[in-house]
Amino acid sequence: MKHTRKRSSAAIRSRSRRRAMQAYAPLFLLPTVAAFAVGFVWPFIWGIYLSFFRFKTLRFTTFVGLENYRAALADETFLRSFAFTVAFTAVAVILINLCAFAIALALTRGIRGSTLFRTVFFMPNLIGGIVLGYIWKILLDGLIIRYFDSTLALNATYGFWGLIILLCWQQIGYMMIIYVAGLQNVPPDYVEAAKIDGAGGWQILRHITLPCVMPSITICSFLSLTGAFKLFDQNLALTGGAPFRQTEMLALNIYQSFYNSVSNMGVGQAKAVLFFLVVVAIALTQLYVTRSKEVDG
Amino acid sequence: MKRSFGRSLLTVLFAVLALLWVAPIAVVLLNSFKVGTAIALTPFSWPTADTFVGLQNYIGGIYHGDYPFYLSMLYSLIITVLSVGLILLCTSMAAWYINRVGSWFCKLVYYLCIFSMVVPFQMVMFTLSKTADRLSLDTPFTIPIVYLGFGAGLAVFLFSGFIKSIPIDIEEAANIDGCTPPQIFFHVVMPVMKSTYISVAILQIMWVWNDYLLPYLVLDRTRYMTIPIHIQFLQGSYGRVDYGATMALIILCLLPIVILYALCQRHIIQGVLSGAVKG
Repeated sequence: MKHTRKRSSAAIRSRSRRRAMQAYAPLFLLPTVAAFAVGFVWPFIWGIYLSFFRFKTLRFTTFVGLENYRAALADETFLRSFAFTVAFTAVAVILINLCAFAIALALTRGIRGSTLFRTVFFMPNLIGGIVLGYIWKILLDGLIIRYFDSTLALNATYGFWGLIILLCWQQIGYMMIIYVAGLQNVPPDYVEAAKIDGAGGWQILRHITLPCVMPSITICSFLSLTGAFKLFDQNLALTGGAPFRQTEMLALNIYQSFYNSVSNMGVGQAKAVLFFLVVVAIALTQLYVTRSKEVDG
Repeated sequence: MKRSFGRSLLTVLFAVLALLWVAPIAVVLLNSFKVGTAIALTPFSWPTADTFVGLQNYIGGIYHGDYPFYLSMLYSLIITVLSVGLILLCTSMAAWYINRVGSWFCKLVYYLCIFSMVVPFQMVMFTLSKTADRLSLDTPFTIPIVYLGFGAGLAVFLFSGFIKSIPIDIEEAANIDGCTPPQIFFHVVMPVMKSTYISVAILQIMWVWNDYLLPYLVLDRTRYMTIPIHIQFLQGSYGRVDYGATMALIILCLLPIVILYALCQRHIIQGVLSGAVKG
């Protein structure tokens, strides 16, 4: 009860004045709500509904119950793209966060030109996925052809590491900025006190710095996790799934089963619902972890 | 002595790292001045007297093909400006109304907005493009409505976060002075929210300008393309494509972003970070 009152404190207290404002709902609320209904609510509900139907065009749909979900989970390409996505996400999250943290640590030591370095490292974040993918395709293919006599499209291992390099280049700067903000909030007194007690650099890092930047670590690991898991543009532009759909990630797999397949589209929609459920599970975990941290602090 | 030596070593190390960081773009820039055949053979060498072609790639790239690149740039610009303008105006008004009225319907909209931030685009990809098609939202002048709908979640959330911190007394004083709600919003609330407008604007500009899949599925592609669609289209016709022109077009895509970044770097980093809540 107390909770609700606290939350609605942004609302107007006087009832008559609130009524007067409600007369303006068509002006203030209607445009956003109408667009939101068209752009999100209706497509979302319709999407769930369609995942229970077999269809190739929307004119002929047949109710099939959970058959699409069974077919999705029996689809080998879907399972392989799931495994690829999980492996890719694991490697990307670890690499991005380690590098970003190390760079942030070095940049907060007051080295010369750290503002310039920050600017440079952050910049790739502003480039769109398609253009990023294309830049790296040209670059990596140039290197791979010259030194390994192969291409990204011929070898899935190169495709995997190419995607990793691309995502690291794009996201390390972003995560670094969050870590820098976290590191600047570490109270200098703690570090001084530890130094007086004779703690070494490594001990200070482990017992003082790391616990203090824990919130940043949580944010960054979940941001990189969802970012890598939902990757689409970069995947499409860099490898397009080649060779033989071996470097296809989940989002691209779903896309292909809608637009590059002649069979039942309901399977694609069922895959999309499964994908959505996994993403929601990740988001709920994040919420839970963040909340439990807040209670501790 | 030892410390300062370590520090200069770090500086040198970072200088090298920073050079590596800009290297991909530098290579593309370098190649954009070379003749197409030289790019495939020696992508990492400086242009020589034989391979240097000046701005020919740029001019050729912009006007090349059935669908010239400058049209894509124009449509990208139109879509971004209209969408971001619409999102800023409509969602800030909605967020203010939602927080000030606080009825059950307002709360429902608010929680749906938060929910929509979690939903991946693939979930609604097919049904959204069909809906947009049926409502003829497939032109650069109507697609902003789709962007408003799909982007409302984050924008409403960010505006609400700020509105909750505005003391309501100012607005009540304005009300007593005889201001109607629209007057209160446009004369009192809007000016206070300037920094939030900038943050949301930057986030949405980055999203809409770089977005590929949504316009690809929604727009009538025979008539309208955006920059990312155009770049992907060129890549699709691999082998026949003129490498030199492609390099030049990539540089043209990056140019507005780099200029904007150089001009208001602090705002951009701040704005992009404020979107860090989006998972």
